[in-house]
Order: sequence, then C-alpha cells, then structure tokens
Amino acid sequence: MSKFEELIVEQIPRLRRYARALVGERARADDLVQDTLERAWTRFHLWRHGSNLRAWLFTVMHNVFVNQYRNGDRGRTSSLDENFEIPMRDGSEVSMQMRDLHNSLAQLPDDFREVILLVGVEQLTYEEVSEVLNIPLGTVMSRLSRAREKLHVLMSGQVKPLRRIK
Amino acid sequence: MTNVHPVTENDLHAYVDQRLDPARHAQVEAYLAAHPEAATQVLIYREQKTLLRNAFDPVLAEPIPKHMLKARSRRWGRPQLLAVAASLTMGVSIGWWVHGETALKKNALLVSLPMQATVAHAVYTTEVLHPVEVGADQQDHLVKWLSKRLNKPLHAPVLQHAGYQLEGGRLLPGNSGPAAQFMYRDSAGQRLTLYLRKALAENSDTAFRYARESGVSVFYWVDGDMAYALSGDIAREKLLIVADAVYRDLMK
Repeated sequence: MSKFEELIVEQIPRLRRYARALVGERARADDLVQDTLERAWTRFHLWRHGSNLRAWLFTVMHNVFVNQYRNGDRGRTSSLDENFEIPMRDGSEVSMQMRDLHNSLAQLPDDFREVILLVGVEQLTYEEVSEVLNIPLGTVMSRLSRAREKLHVLMSGQVKPLRRIK
Repeated sequence: MTNVHPVTENDLHAYVDQRLDPARHAQVEAYLAAHPEAATQVLIYREQKTLLRNAFDPVLAEPIPKHMLKARSRRWGRPQLLAVAASLTMGVSIGWWVHGETALKKNALLVSLPMQATVAHAVYTTEVLHPVEVGADQQDHLVKWLSKRLNKPLHAPVLQHAGYQLEGGRLLPGNSGPAAQFMYRDSAGQRLTLYLRKALAENSDTAFRYARESGVSVFYWVDGDMAYALSGDIAREKLLIVADAVYRDLMK
C-alpha cells in the first residue's frame, strides 16, 4: 500500500461515521463513502501534499452528497426518516432519547445537518467547515446556531425556540 | 470585567466547541455565571454534542466493508490504464486535442453514436433465438452483404487474441443510413458488439472516447469516414483492451 493509500484508508471510519449521520440508512451511507473514495482516487492529484487530507476528503464527500444524495430542497421526506438507522454498541438498548435524536436529525435541512455534524461529531474547526462546504465563515456560524436551535426544538417538541442573545 | 467585546451567540458556540483562546474563554465563563439563560443554552448544546457523539461513534468500530478496499485497489490501477489509453490513441488523437473547433463539431456528431451502439447492444445481446442475422459460419456472405449496404468495404476484426470469437452480425438503421453490428462472444458466453456506420461529417480522426449508457460500457471513435463503437457489459479496462485490438485490426 502506498503512503497515500494508507492515509486515505485511515480516514474511512470517520467518513463512514459522518455519512451515516448525514444520510441515515447504512447501505446508502456506505454507497456515499464508496462514491467519495472513488472520486478521491481519480482526483488525488488535486490534493496538495501535506495539506489537510481529512478536510479534503470531507470536501469530496460534500460534493458527492450535494450532487447525488440530497433529497431535494425540502430536506428529508418522512418515508426516509424510517430508514434512519441507529448504530448500536453490542447489546445496548436504543433509548428513547437516541430515537428522538435520530428522528430530529432526519428532519433537519441538509445544510444544517452537515454543519452540526462536521462541528459536533467530526470536530472540524469552523475554518475547516467553511472550506469543506465552500461557504463563508459567517455562514458557518449562523447555520451552526440555527441548526443547534432547531435540533433542540425538534428534540424537545417545543414550538417556542430558545431566546437568542445578541 | 472590562467590556472589551460583548459576548455574542458565536462566542457561546465557540465556548461549547472549545475554540476560544483562554482569555476569551474566561470572559465567556464569567458572562455565563451572570446570565442563566445563556448558561442553559450552553448546557443544551453541550448535551447535543455528547448525544451525537454517543450516537455515531460506534460506527468507528465497525469493520470496513471489503468492497471499499476493493474499490480502492481497482481505482489504483487507473492512472496506468489512462496511460495505456493515451499511448494507444496517440497516433490518431492529436487532431482531436489540437483543433478545438473541429473537435467541437465532431463532438456534436458523435453524441448519438454511443447511444445508438449501446441500445443495439442491449437489444441483441440479450436475444436468445436470433442474436445475429447472419452467423459466423457464413462470414464471407455477412461481410460482403454489410459492405454492400454501407457502401464501404468492411472487415470483421479478428479478436481471438483478446478472447473473443465472431458470432455473426446484422444490418441496423443508423442515423442517416444503414449501420452494421458485429457480435462477438468469449468462452463464457459474454458478448461484445462492434457497431459501425459512416461518419457523418468531416474526415479527420479522433481519440477513443468512453461512455457508459444504461449500464453498458462503450468505447467509440471515428477513423476516416467511419464511426465505430465497441459495447460490452464488462469493466472499462477490459473493454479498452478489446477496443485496442479492434483498432489495430482495422488498421491492417
């Protein structure tokens, strides 16, 4: 295995984690990873050696997602929500809270879900997220803020959003 | 505390995500102590993060599906294949790369070639009773007949070295006249078809072009006044090897 291959393979578990959280269904998520890897292989010459490979791979995945996996402008449909699969540790029960989280996540618009996951799960810096999604830093922050607020509302079943400080 | 910058919504997120420098972190902390509503907000966001991590971290421990690693090795071979493709078409492709304008015109005329060829491929390779109109046992007759109808001396390429035997051929309707299809099969019964018709406009040569139409791979090119398309339900790299054999045979 070449050095570059090793580097990419190293990132596969994270790409899968993000894809699973992004599209929900396991098979579809793995398809997204597969398509991302294939695209990365054909474009690896575009990756500047020594630069952030992880952010680059997430960028590739974002582009594949937007072009091929997005469920239109309205976000997810309810039938897709049912396909949202919950990864489980062996023998653990799925708590109500976890189920709520998945349902709520599935209802977030794609743009929001991407930001909240890249920041919260993948621990990317705001600058990296801005690069991956190709949006200004200010947009990252406003999407993050709205995404977290919306997720909170969805999860608590509240109609009233959190009051925001200025 | 001295109010250098008021604490903003962004600060709260950066606080939750631990992206603040120590000085700012301390300022936000002091602010939260005095503002319970903001402190609640921070707690909620922290809890969200924890939940998300708990929900999806188990994926990290899942074994990587084999096909992902396979995809990797398959792709790894690709630059070499492209090099092969480049070298084998070098002789005929220069005009394509250099003369943009001509290439554009030709591109337009080539648009329907892969479509026509793959549709014909899909229709006749799945035919059980009559995959060909005239069988390879009457090859002379087949070639003479098609040559006459296309008004061009044709030749059915010999592809034995690539593992394919001629099975026969048929006459088809082309864009603006007749087209011909030669069908080949390998020892496992896998079929390939070579579709030929007159090129529609200018007579310069083009490179191999690749397309995938409705699940069928096709390499197509124009050589002189003829257009060719080789279709098959096989991997691109395998098809390229046969396309090369076809091209070389036709050069003879």
